[in-house]
Amino acid sequence: MNNKTIITINNLAKRFPIGGGEFTALKNINLKFEAGEFAGLVGPSGSGKTTMLNIIGSLDNPSDGDVTLLGTSIKKINPKRASSLRKHHIGFIFQTYNLMPVYTVYENVEFPLLLLKKSAAERRKAVLDALEWVGLMDKIKSKPKQLSGGESQRVAIARAMVKRPELVLADEPTANLDKENSYHILDTMVKLNKELNTTFLFATHDDKVIKYLNRIIRLEDGKVVADDIIKK
Amino acid sequence: MLKFFIRGILRDRQRSLLPIIVITIGVTIVVLLQTYLTGVFGDMIDFNAKFSTGHVKVMSQAYYENMDQIPNDLALLETGELMNEIQKQYPDMNWSERISFGGLVDAPDENGETKAQGPAAGMAIDMISENSVEIERLNLEKSLVKGEIPKNSNEVLLSDDFATKLKISPGDQVTLIGSTMYGAMSITNFTVSGTIKFGVMALDRGGIIADISGVREALDMQDATGEILGYFSDNSYDDLKAIEISTYFNEIHSDSTDVFSPTMVPLREMNNLGSMLDLIGSFSGIMIFIFVFAMSIVLWNGGLLGGLRRYGEMGLRLAIGERKGHIYRSLISESIIIGIIGSIVGTAIALFFSSLLEKGIDMSGVMQESSMMMSPVFRAEITPTAYYIGFIPGLLATIVGTALAGIGIYKRQTAELFKELGA
Ligand SMILES: Nc1ncnc2c1ncn2[C@@H]1O[C@H](COP(=O)(O)OP(=O)(O)OP(=O)(O)O)[C@@H](O)[C@H]1O
Ligand SMILES: [Mg+2]
Repeated sequence: MNNKTIITINNLAKRFPIGGGEFTALKNINLKFEAGEFAGLVGPSGSGKTTMLNIIGSLDNPSDGDVTLLGTSIKKINPKRASSLRKHHIGFIFQTYNLMPVYTVYENVEFPLLLLKKSAAERRKAVLDALEWVGLMDKIKSKPKQLSGGESQRVAIARAMVKRPELVLADEPTANLDKENSYHILDTMVKLNKELNTTFLFATHDDKVIKYLNRIIRLEDGKVVADDIIKK
Repeated sequence: MLKFFIRGILRDRQRSLLPIIVITIGVTIVVLLQTYLTGVFGDMIDFNAKFSTGHVKVMSQAYYENMDQIPNDLALLETGELMNEIQKQYPDMNWSERISFGGLVDAPDENGETKAQGPAAGMAIDMISENSVEIERLNLEKSLVKGEIPKNSNEVLLSDDFATKLKISPGDQVTLIGSTMYGAMSITNFTVSGTIKFGVMALDRGGIIADISGVREALDMQDATGEILGYFSDNSYDDLKAIEISTYFNEIHSDSTDVFSPTMVPLREMNNLGSMLDLIGSFSGIMIFIFVFAMSIVLWNGGLLGGLRRYGEMGLRLAIGERKGHIYRSLISESIIIGIIGSIVGTAIALFFSSLLEKGIDMSGVMQESSMMMSPVFRAEITPTAYYIGFIPGLLATIVGTALAGIGIYKRQTAELFKELGA
């Protein structure tokens, strides 16, 4: 396995203005992630998991400290560079609203490739590959509302994976899913992690997900309280 | 990418239907108003031109200054020569001499005693020469109620109401008592060949149409004429051309020291038609402004609501790596497509109804009381403008509405948009 460092978090803090004062959502975070990790931020609601994923994904700015993602400082990044980073290197999977309702499964998965200006032939091949990985070849023409929750999440995984990003950030990907579906998508992600060496970073408090993780970072009140490598 | 967004618009009824309906309605109204007002105003102008002003009119300067008094003592002289000259100079225009006259029409009984009489407003036109276009221009055949069009210089047409009042039928004699060009009294007998309906109260009360050669004789106006009316060959008034021709004509023919020298006056400077022309020129602009304003506000609010509904989509697209500016532009592109669809549909609907209205709504019943010089039929007229005018408010309003709504979305922080995903 390749040991390249892809995320370095240095002294990260995040404060949100609330009312007259400030609320500290993250403080004094120092972490490093290497390519190919299958890691998770685990902690109770409000512990800062989503906040951290957002900052790593350049969707939000650090208040203090910095995150270096693929050699780029998130603190100094301009919006143009940030979207380019997301477009080329990061796949997102969200808890809810993962799919654009007016588009078919195929079109939703195709969208990141349109942004990357890939040719029609390249797009077609990549979309079909991605749908194959998640086992949804038979739902190509379906609209999101015709899918079950698990199928929607699998489309979201396909969409995050279709451009073969270095990093996938997945925020509670198994929320609202039953056991069987949860295991199915987790198996899919493990497979992709192995086959493509894609780094996965989860935010979760779901035990089903935690069982799959190679590294568990526990957050409490915005602080890292544990960081354990799980040998399997 | 564009195809991707078009697909989105077509599938997302909520996104497209309201704005398309708003634009379609707005555009339909704008285009209908445009064709309708063009028709109505166009008819007024046309009626005035045919009946009274021509597209341009040549008169003596003094006559022009006192035009409302029909001052035939100030008529143009040696008009045979002048007509030749004008016709040579503007061969693609149609020129007709006319004499307006007033007087008393007296209807005698079989003993020659006055049976009835009334004041008459007369117009002398060329009716009997072979190549006269005036009969057709004034639509006399169709306006005829009884009898026929004069064939001799001593025959006249009377307004039907006037004839009824005077108890005269075609074939009867009337005496016109007026004054000659030199101020002497003139008493001439004419035979009424037919009666007509003008559709204009002032003329129906006492109108009389005579052949110009007969009137010349009666009023001692040999080789003289009150007015020479000029018409463009396509029969439609072109304001700029009329002004240009008049200015040029006046440079050559007018002599400011000679009040009898001819002057050419464009239609806009007669019968207050200038302000009507200006109104026609500006109503499109005013209408477009009002509709852009009103529709923009509706679409702005619609866009904001639509945008709220689509925050999730926006956040997702941002996260996937689309740039904010790109999303904003894609919203504008969507609105342009919606604007085009709405404008096409609206224009098509309006043109359909306009084409029905081209035949006109007959208002003759309603118009009885009006003394305006207009045809009693209100009709729409489809000009080339009708095909594109709706697109101006249609497109502008969607773009402005979406741009304003988009700014609201654009201003939001990326993270806030993104937050909506978790909600
Ligand atoms: N924009 C914001 N303004 C103010 N406070 C915020 C904002 N975003 C997050 N917070 C606060 O920061 C804390 C961490 O939020 P975060 O969403 O990261 O929690 P989380 O660990 O993802 O929780 P959950 O498991 O419920 O998703 C919470 O207390 C939240 O209220
Ligand atoms: Mg969260």
